[in-house]
Formats: sequence, C-alpha cells, structure tokens
Amino acid sequence: MTAEKYSCLCIAVTGLNANDNPGPGMAVIRSLKAAFGDGIKIIGLSYESLEPGIYMHEHVKKTYQIPYPTEGSTALFNRLTYVHQQENLDIIIPNFDSELFNFIKIAPQLKRLGIASFLPSHQQLALRDKLNLKDFGAKYDFHVPADHKLFTSEDVKRAADEFNFPMVIKGKFYDAYIVYTIDQALKSFHQLNALWGGPVIAQQFIKGTEINIAALGNGKGNNTSIVAMRKLYITEKGKAWAGVTIKDPKLLELADSFARATHWQGGYEMEIMKNEDGDLYILEVNPRFPAWIYLAVAAGHNQPAALVKMALGEDVTPYGDYQAGKLFIRYSWDHIADIADFQQISVFGEF
Amino acid sequence: MKIKSNIATSENGFIFNPATGDSFSGNAMAAQLLLAMKSGKPAEDIKKDILEKYNVSADQLERDWDDWIAQLKEANLLET
Repeated sequence: MTAEKYSCLCIAVTGLNANDNPGPGMAVIRSLKAAFGDGIKIIGLSYESLEPGIYMHEHVKKTYQIPYPTEGSTALFNRLTYVHQQENLDIIIPNFDSELFNFIKIAPQLKRLGIASFLPSHQQLALRDKLNLKDFGAKYDFHVPADHKLFTSEDVKRAADEFNFPMVIKGKFYDAYIVYTIDQALKSFHQLNALWGGPVIAQQFIKGTEINIAALGNGKGNNTSIVAMRKLYITEKGKAWAGVTIKDPKLLELADSFARATHWQGGYEMEIMKNEDGDLYILEVNPRFPAWIYLAVAAGHNQPAALVKMALGEDVTPYGDYQAGKLFIRYSWDHIADIADFQQISVFGEF
Repeated sequence: MKIKSNIATSENGFIFNPATGDSFSGNAMAAQLLLAMKSGKPAEDIKKDILEKYNVSADQLERDWDDWIAQLKEANLLET
C-alpha cells in the first residue's frame, strides 16, 4: 500500500474520554495523524455525551454513539453497520478494556463488511484478565503479586489478614485503591463492586518504582514494538500525568516473554512495579494501547500506525531502538463548545 | 570506579539514568567530576587535579571522594 493510500483511510476510534482518567483514543488519533497526515478521516465512537473528543473536530471528523458493552455484540454490530454505511470505515481501533470482548466477537463480521481490525483473541484476552493474572504468572514464571477475589465483606477481611496493609483493592475492569485500614478496604470493595461488578480483587501491595510498557504484538509470538516509560507524576487515581521513556533490557525481555507466551495480537500495556531488588512485578496487562501512547511515537515508535498497517495485512518490520529520555507532561484544557453540540450528540447520537 | 556507560550527563551537572528514569542535579563540582569520570580519567588523576586547583587537604579530599563515590553507588550510577 502506498503512503498516499494511507492518507485516505477512514479509521474509527473509541476512547475519546480525554479526562482525568483518560482513554487512549485521542493519543491514538494523534499518532495516526503523525504518521498518515491530517487527511485521514477519523470517526469517533463514544459512549457518553461529554467525552471531550466528540467536540474536537480538528481531530475527530464525526462521532457516533455506540451501545454500552452490556447491550451485547449484536447491538454493537448493528450500530457499526449503520456507521459504516455513513462513513465507509476501513479500520476500527477499540481502546477500552470493557468493550473488547464484543469487538473481538464481531471482528469476522466487520471484516466481511470490509472493516479491518487487529485484536487479540478471546483466549488471549482472558489470559491477562485481572482475575486470571496470578495463574498466568505462575504458568509462565512471571512475578505477579498475590491476589484474592472478593465477593463478600468476609473475603475482604480474609485478604487483609493475609496481605496486611497497605494492600490494593481493584475493580474488575478499572480503578484501584491503595488502602491502609480495614475500613478503607471495605469502602473501596463496596464502591468498586457497585461500579464494575464482581468480583473485586485484593492484590498484595508491592513497593517500588512504577513503570509501564506499551507494546504491539504481531500475533505470532513477537513484538513489533516495545517502549517503556517510568511514571514521574502520578494522579490520585494512579494515572501517569508525566513520564519519561526508559530503556532497560529486562523490561524489553519481559514484554518479549509475554508476547512469546501469549502470541498476543494488537496493542497492549504492561503495568510493572520494580521492587528494590530489581524484580519486575506485573500488576496488570491492559489489552489496548495506553493513554500515553503518543510518547512512544515521540520516542520513535508509532505503534498505532504500525497496527493499522498490520490490520490491513501488511508485514511490518519490527521497530528497533527508541529514544530514552523523552518526556510527556499531560495538561488540561477547557475546550469550548455550544449547548447545541451537546444536544446533537445527546439526542441524535451523532455529531 | 566507572560511571555506567549509558548514563547521560551534561556540563551543568544534570544526570539522567536512561535505564531507570532517575535524574539528579549536581553542583558545578559534581559536573566537573562526572565529566572527568565519563572521559575515563583515572580517579587518582582526578584527585590530583583537584588538589592542584582547590585549597583542600589530601585527607579532606579522600573523605569527600569516598562520600562522592558512596552517593554515586547509592544512585546506582556506577558499573558493578
């Protein structure tokens, strides 16, 4: 495919929630435009009417609301069929953990419509699920903190007895709290259970340096790109608000081991805690690009662009070295829109 | 005592460890020492230069040098 052909692509992207717990959508879009130019057509797919990307027409040509994952894959497919009829999509890049199951399920149907994607399988998705991560680590000899699945308040107390404090209470899909007392643990358990459903997870707290890895698996047991980032500023929600690329062969080997073990296809993010002995604990593996993915582009690896090429069936030569010492500092910005814009997306589901 | 080869240092004393993301700000003396160490200059030669340039006794310099090396070790900047 020629460079010119890339510039005409129509790519649908989710995760437009560029808020204090940002989805990766806007960073993915920025990466794609950096590679293919401003001429590519970006179609946003949103769940909420106040996802900032909906209103940023310099980045997103038009946005369509799509059904929540709980509505099932048929509803999603029907909606995407409609979007495709309007926009003639070439590729879809989903960016939320919770939506991936449905997107993977309908990927063959989308392909028949002419919409490409580059996603892991359901089996791969399940392997790294928070509920299975400890077993996965044991099977493949990765360091993973001990955990307990929490269904009741009694489970929380049992986990506290084993792990002591602090420990980490994590939602099934998102959010995690470091808790220091049983009261905090119970409060977090009930809050996350109400928000994301059960089970909630209690995880052993590992003290150390927080490092994230963004990688792109080629589905054949290798990575096309790996970029590691150390968090320099962390928000109350544990999100990196600033970070710097780092280069440590141990981190690259960890991501390569993960790709070998899983044959992961698509973007993923490993959340790592490096303890004082230098052991790398996998806290989570997120099945999509991280919100900081543009930092990887700045360091020399455009993973979203490579994913697009791989989705279109091209062989992409793995990236080589990248630049350590590239820094990102996130900032907030008051984007101005009109209430009529809000009305448009709220009432008609497209804007 | 060698500074790790991947450590980035600048003339103004800023140190960046690309393997860990750690960064440090040193004073003018630290900058001078780092540049000398990075260039491969032996410790004895560096110390000799200091004794010639600055008003410091050999005993004091030895103590300061030990302290300097301890800080570099603590910061994980030296080859093991």
